[in-house]
Amino acid sequence: MAARNLKYAVGLFLVLVLALGFLAPQGADDFWGKFPFFEAVFGFFGCLLIIFVSKALGHFFLQKREDYYDD
Amino acid sequence: MISPVHPALIFILGALLLPVAPGRRTKQALLLLVTLAGMADLFILPEGTYWSYKFLSYQLIFGRVDKLSLCFGYAFGIVAFLSALYALHVKEYGQHSATLLTVGSTLGIIFAGDVLTLFAFWELLAVSSVFVVWYGRSREAYGAGFRYLMVHLCGGALLLAGMAMHVLETGSTEFVKMNSGSLSSTLILISFLINAAVPPLHAWLSDAYPEASPTGSVFLTAFTTKSAVYVLIRAFPGLELLIWLGAIMALYGIVYAVLENDIRRLLAYHIISQVGYMVCGVGLGSEMALNGSTAHAFSHILYKALLFMGVGAVIEVTGRVKMTELQGRNLYRRMPVCLTLYMIGGFSISSVPLFNGFISKTMVVDAASELHRPIIHMLLHIASIGTFLHTGLKLPYGTWFGQVRPGEQADRIAAKEPPFNMLLAMGLVAFLCILTGVYPKLLYDLLPYPVTYTAFTAYKVVGAVQLLTFTAVAFFLFRAKLGGEPTISLDTDWFYRKGGSLFLRFCGKCSNVRSILQGLAARFVERITRMSTNPVLSLKAALGAKSVNLTPYDADTSRKAIGAGVMLALGVFSFFCLVFLLR
Repeated sequence: MAARNLKYAVGLFLVLVLALGFLAPQGADDFWGKFPFFEAVFGFFGCLLIIFVSKALGHFFLQKREDYYDD
Repeated sequence: MISPVHPALIFILGALLLPVAPGRRTKQALLLLVTLAGMADLFILPEGTYWSYKFLSYQLIFGRVDKLSLCFGYAFGIVAFLSALYALHVKEYGQHSATLLTVGSTLGIIFAGDVLTLFAFWELLAVSSVFVVWYGRSREAYGAGFRYLMVHLCGGALLLAGMAMHVLETGSTEFVKMNSGSLSSTLILISFLINAAVPPLHAWLSDAYPEASPTGSVFLTAFTTKSAVYVLIRAFPGLELLIWLGAIMALYGIVYAVLENDIRRLLAYHIISQVGYMVCGVGLGSEMALNGSTAHAFSHILYKALLFMGVGAVIEVTGRVKMTELQGRNLYRRMPVCLTLYMIGGFSISSVPLFNGFISKTMVVDAASELHRPIIHMLLHIASIGTFLHTGLKLPYGTWFGQVRPGEQADRIAAKEPPFNMLLAMGLVAFLCILTGVYPKLLYDLLPYPVTYTAFTAYKVVGAVQLLTFTAVAFFLFRAKLGGEPTISLDTDWFYRKGGSLFLRFCGKCSNVRSILQGLAARFVERITRMSTNPVLSLKAALGAKSVNLTPYDADTSRKAIGAGVMLALGVFSFFCLVFLLR
């Protein structure tokens, strides 16, 4: 029950944060300043981009076992 | 009116006095007194030029005090005092001396008005901070310290060469804006970029900072990179190259922070990322951008110290540095105060409104926008996401909460709140982060140029809230992907770490070649010696005679008949006659 309430609360909070975008739609010189949800979408997909690009770089190239330099 | 002394002098004298002070209590009192006096001295220092001396034919200026140097000075003074408070329980007084010397040399750099003074303090900073690294007292710390020293002494050599050329070219030792493009300014720029940890010259930072002691690394975070930002603002404002290097730097640290398992190394990569904003601001070069870089340096010195204090406290009480060894141990139950104070640092670096990162970072980002640099604006914006993702979400989640790795059992871990002095220092830094975040005028009044900027517009606040909230959403959906992994990540230090062992191997091979040559030479000498025991028989053997028994030369048996000697003499005589006649 508590978990479900928490989910609702989080959902409501997210909707509220998105709705805030309508309060201040203009402000940046760049074109994206005109979209009320731009920052939210940018934050979400930017985060995914960072995670997956970095992990891909790490797994295919950069990450080595911890004693790599001890040889 | 109390006339101020050079603040660097207070710290350097303190560093020298500390080892000879009697008793633990006296040493502790002296440490606090020195840092407090240094801080107070900075706050009463009026603008102007002081402590100027003639040395050989050069004018040394130890005190160029203006708004820019004072703003950096205040931040250094405050953080020096609070970091000393944080480290008060440490009984290793050599370490305290090294940290005081680090603070003193940084203040020497900040107030230096000529290149010779700057160089002297620059080198002193490198040498004193390497001792702070070595006080980590582990095998890794010794190695990282030597690599740190190697890189910084190279940087110092470049600086010296550049400055010598600069003085010859311009005839002036004054440290002012440099004309970019000449060889001298390029050398100076490279040495500044090394200290600012600009990739690919940055690896010393992520290599060495996490190896110092928990209290030592708090000191290290503040001084070297930010003094480099200061000299960049002085010497190279508006240099286009710095805009791109800064933006790349901001993202570079982010990528590595995703992969990092060591909690202090993760934060060290974020220093690189945050200094990227400052370097970018220096490159943008407008008054707003330079104000932004200065303000962000000020904020960064505070919140980064707080973050290192937070993880330092965890390391101090648990002795563990890796997320894989901390996650799932529910430390939040036993260290709630420490976690809360860390989170204030986390929110500050992530530029959450009402925390100090918000009022300074947005200045740099908006300066890029104002100068119509949409790509730079976008890159810095992406870096902001990464900052919150790691320092605000991944690190606290992996350290204080999290799940143990699949197939592992959570072992028992000794954890409690850190000593009171550590918490008090963290509390005071956290207070300053919030104070300047809520009331930015306090900081804006210290900046070198007049500030017309307002961070708290509805658009900026809502934008920041949306960005950070949905970054958090993405983190919680994919948090399983972000758990620590027991690996290290290759960085540009690979070139000198692996390059160094390759060079040693090469030296080994050279040594092999030497022994082969030596062997050959020895065999040659042995042959000659054997032949000389009986040249006649040796000649016979060489001409193909079989079963020659090489006995020592005996004139009675080996000597030829007299006719052969006469024949030889006649032959030689005829030859010379022929030569004489044909001439």
